Amino acid sequence: MVGVNKLREMYEQMVTAREYEQRLQEAYLEGKEPAFDISAGPIPGELHLAAGHEASAAGVCAHLRVEDTVTAPHRPHHIAIAKGVDLDRMTAEIFGRETGLCKGKGGHMHLFDPDVNFACSGIIAQGCPPAVGAAMAADKRNEDAVAVAFLGEGAVDQGAFLESLNLAAVQNLPVVFVVEDNDWAISMPQPRITDVKTTAQRADGFDMPGIRVDHDDAIAVYEAAGDAIGRARDGNGPTLLDVQVHRRMGHFMGDPQTYRPEDDQERAKRHDSIERLAEDLREHGVDDDELAEIRDRAEQHVADAIEWAREQPEPDPEAAHEDVFVDEPTAASGGDD
Amino acid sequence: MAKTESDPGTAGADRELTMSRAMVDAIASEMHADEEVFYMGEDVQDYGGIFDSTQGLLEEFDRDRVMDVPISETAYVGAAVGAAQAGMRPIAEIMFTDFVGVCLDQVYNQMAKNTYMSGSAVNVPMVLTTAVGGTYNDAAQHSQTLYGLFAHLPGMKVVVPSTAYDAKGLMHAAVRDDDPVVYMFHKRLMGIGWMPAPEGPKTPVPEDDYTIPIGEADVKREGSDVTVVTLGLHVHRALEAADELSGDVDVEVVDLQSLVPMDTQTVVESVEKTGRLVVVDEDYQSYGVTGEVTARVAERTPDALEAVERVAVPDVPIPYSRPLENEVNPQVGDVVEAVESVT
Repeated sequence: MVGVNKLREMYEQMVTAREYEQRLQEAYLEGKEPAFDISAGPIPGELHLAAGHEASAAGVCAHLRVEDTVTAPHRPHHIAIAKGVDLDRMTAEIFGRETGLCKGKGGHMHLFDPDVNFACSGIIAQGCPPAVGAAMAADKRNEDAVAVAFLGEGAVDQGAFLESLNLAAVQNLPVVFVVEDNDWAISMPQPRITDVKTTAQRADGFDMPGIRVDHDDAIAVYEAAGDAIGRARDGNGPTLLDVQVHRRMGHFMGDPQTYRPEDDQERAKRHDSIERLAEDLREHGVDDDELAEIRDRAEQHVADAIEWAREQPEPDPEAAHEDVFVDEPTAASGGDD
Repeated sequence: MAKTESDPGTAGADRELTMSRAMVDAIASEMHADEEVFYMGEDVQDYGGIFDSTQGLLEEFDRDRVMDVPISETAYVGAAVGAAQAGMRPIAEIMFTDFVGVCLDQVYNQMAKNTYMSGSAVNVPMVLTTAVGGTYNDAAQHSQTLYGLFAHLPGMKVVVPSTAYDAKGLMHAAVRDDDPVVYMFHKRLMGIGWMPAPEGPKTPVPEDDYTIPIGEADVKREGSDVTVVTLGLHVHRALEAADELSGDVDVEVVDLQSLVPMDTQTVVESVEKTGRLVVVDEDYQSYGVTGEVTARVAERTPDALEAVERVAVPDVPIPYSRPLENEVNPQVGDVVEAVESVT
């Protein structure tokens, strides 16, 4: 049974993540309105926001330790926040600044923070094999660390995902696959791309537990994830966790969403896991003042990170030539100059 | 661990090894020295590698260190990436380099880019071994070298041994390197019972560990008239061509050994001496090694370059039938002809 302090932590992470996406959305649109020009404004590139996905990340990562590895897909901010990635340096990275997590070379789809064992891949499902590898490393070293690969439901027809399930199962590795099902693979609804009713069913094909959490509910995720991560940590192998979430925004910023029925976005917004968790907290005796205090703290945390990021310098263009290798070839080793 | 020496030469070695034995010798030594080194691939346990790349390892190490994996290159090459980012030193094998098509994302978008995309916050100290090359009529999907493909995509070092001595030194260097290294071994050079190797790749190999620095070419034969730059199997074909021509043309043979980084300096110095360049490659001609070597020489020393000729697969898939494959895979006679055409 989850304690009230854990619920408070999860609530703070979730409101931080929601606030973060809203503030990033505003910053991203600077210079991009009225005509949307992807090259304008302070945030370069694409931006995939995760408003409505917060419960899965918070409920899963609540069980993780620093030494546990998480891989996230192209929509990673809420997961990074839940894993404890440094918000200032993450934001500076998203703004393309020199002091960002990756010196401005990765951007929002390629966030790496080895201090908390967090990594991303912008290619859907391709974060699964490296998560299996992190689990393999823990297994070989006889450590009880686990790995978690997050992906969207649109990625579950990728070979990378299915191959990873099989490899993790046959080697009994401590890894949990968390599929965030927001009903939409950009513009394609699940029934158009697969006959499988829930992703959790796919686990049967690999003789692995598959758990569906069909309410966008942080406590339900927390409980299911606790079983899955506990199983992994105890040496009992992988689990597939299929979590219903809600997409409150477009696939990426600038997505016109003309493919989406008018009431679908409203439906997604009615299922607000943050409101639901606030209700749970009230039932645990946390009053509205305290909830407001948590929200204020989250807002300040986000505002400070964005303010700090905006002040950071852009990288020296010459730095584009660095970091291809860590063992840079030298003239002495015969490397090309 | 035996004392490491960098490139000591074969003088003191009192044993001769095939290229596969030398490769395994280095892998075993690295695995004994470091618990974090392990090998995974298809048929690498009981079989010992279809091309003998892990022959005998299972006698020295348990199945946790020499791992058979599902036929899922994306999953296990990607797992090597994840294990490497966690600080281990995995060696993952793609049985035929032609199979990289099924896992290219893990190779070029993850393994090769994670260091750069993270601004060196993470690095990927793994080795990707893979068998390359034709000459035994395995047709278009099992005979390629794809040297140019791997060398073109940034973020991976690429080495290609041509002898047992080089195979050991390059493998030690590859495992110890903190970046991803693609180690491409030519099937015809391995010394496999059912695929006899030519004269040449079986060499004396010192017992002690040594490294051949990644990024150093090796002048396999000194000469003053024409520079032949090549790699892999075609080092031996070029040496044979040089022998045929000796007396008429004094051919220098430069074995690149490393494609990334490429030792441009050694090539340029040779061309400055000979003035004539022939580049021989078992990969496709266009957009590949032959063009890259030629361009670098032309950029660095345009005045020295009096004549140049390229000999490579003429931009067709590798055909099956013996006369057809021999037509497209550069033969000794093709090298002789090219050398004669620039002199």
